[in-house]
Amino acid sequence: MLGLIGKKIGMTRIFDEQGLMIPVTVIQAGPCKIIQIKTADKDGYNALQVGFGQRKEKNVIRPLKGHLKKFENYFPQVLKEFRVETVEGYELGQELNTEIFNVGEGVDVGGVIKGRGFQGVVKRHGHSGGDETHGNTSHRVPGSVGSSADPSRCWKNLKLPGQYGNTNQKALNLKVAKVDSGRNCLFVRGAVPGPTSGLVTVYKKK
Amino acid sequence: MNKLTEIEAEYLKKEGEIPDFDSGDTINVRTWVREGNKERLQNFEGVVLQRRGGGVNATFTVRKISNGVGVERIFPLHSPIIESIKLVRKGRVRRAKLFYLRNLTGKAARIKEQGV
Repeated sequence: MLGLIGKKIGMTRIFDEQGLMIPVTVIQAGPCKIIQIKTADKDGYNALQVGFGQRKEKNVIRPLKGHLKKFENYFPQVLKEFRVETVEGYELGQELNTEIFNVGEGVDVGGVIKGRGFQGVVKRHGHSGGDETHGNTSHRVPGSVGSSADPSRCWKNLKLPGQYGNTNQKALNLKVAKVDSGRNCLFVRGAVPGPTSGLVTVYKKK
Repeated sequence: MNKLTEIEAEYLKKEGEIPDFDSGDTINVRTWVREGNKERLQNFEGVVLQRRGGGVNATFTVRKISNGVGVERIFPLHSPIIESIKLVRKGRVRRAKLFYLRNLTGKAARIKEQGV
């Protein structure tokens, strides 16, 4: 799936042609420079490696500098691969931008959701918790974790406290509400994982 | 945030398109209504109960009594379906949100005109 790396700018509302108000997330997507083209013959699969953003030269590790040698003074913040059916029509150094998306098209948007640290079951799994009063003393506890001698263990995937957030998540099949190629901005209907100014990836649907 | 305000600015109505009105004022809102393929204008005249939100999120609520029934409509201030807003009467009120009008009818629900 072809796609673009971008930065979440934030949510707002826009009006469509019928005058309806639509909630949108604005993503600054691309331009993404093609850094490497992987082919089935050489690498076993077809893919485009693209870069997005910028970082200072002093912050680029030397192996990456070697990888980027063919481009003068180009040090992207992040590199990512997009699997494609065929690599024809793409060339090294070419810049992909929002023009690959059309209004009304469905896209998947992936990002890293906000980290919440070690959390209990109420926040992490949406348990309702116990009564605060009426003599009850178990307020936010997980409760029973299983039966006794049989099976003598907890079931797999039991919902318990633990790390919540700071994981990858994908919002599926969001509609593109508007494409602003002048500003390199993509307007996607609905919410998108991750904090404002977090990195997101917009995937084209097949 | 700057970039977002810049984007929202495209959707805002220009200065002068919106009269200076506040809660307590009587206004006439003309909106485009689509019926099949035809478009026509519809009037909604009543008292402004509140104005809220800023930027592209700004809305206002208008209340009128239609056939003895109270009707309220919330308009997004910058919505393109609004053709025009006309200030009919400035009202003198002492608060920003006039929800107390919902409990009043007839003579009690009147609002004094400003400056009279």
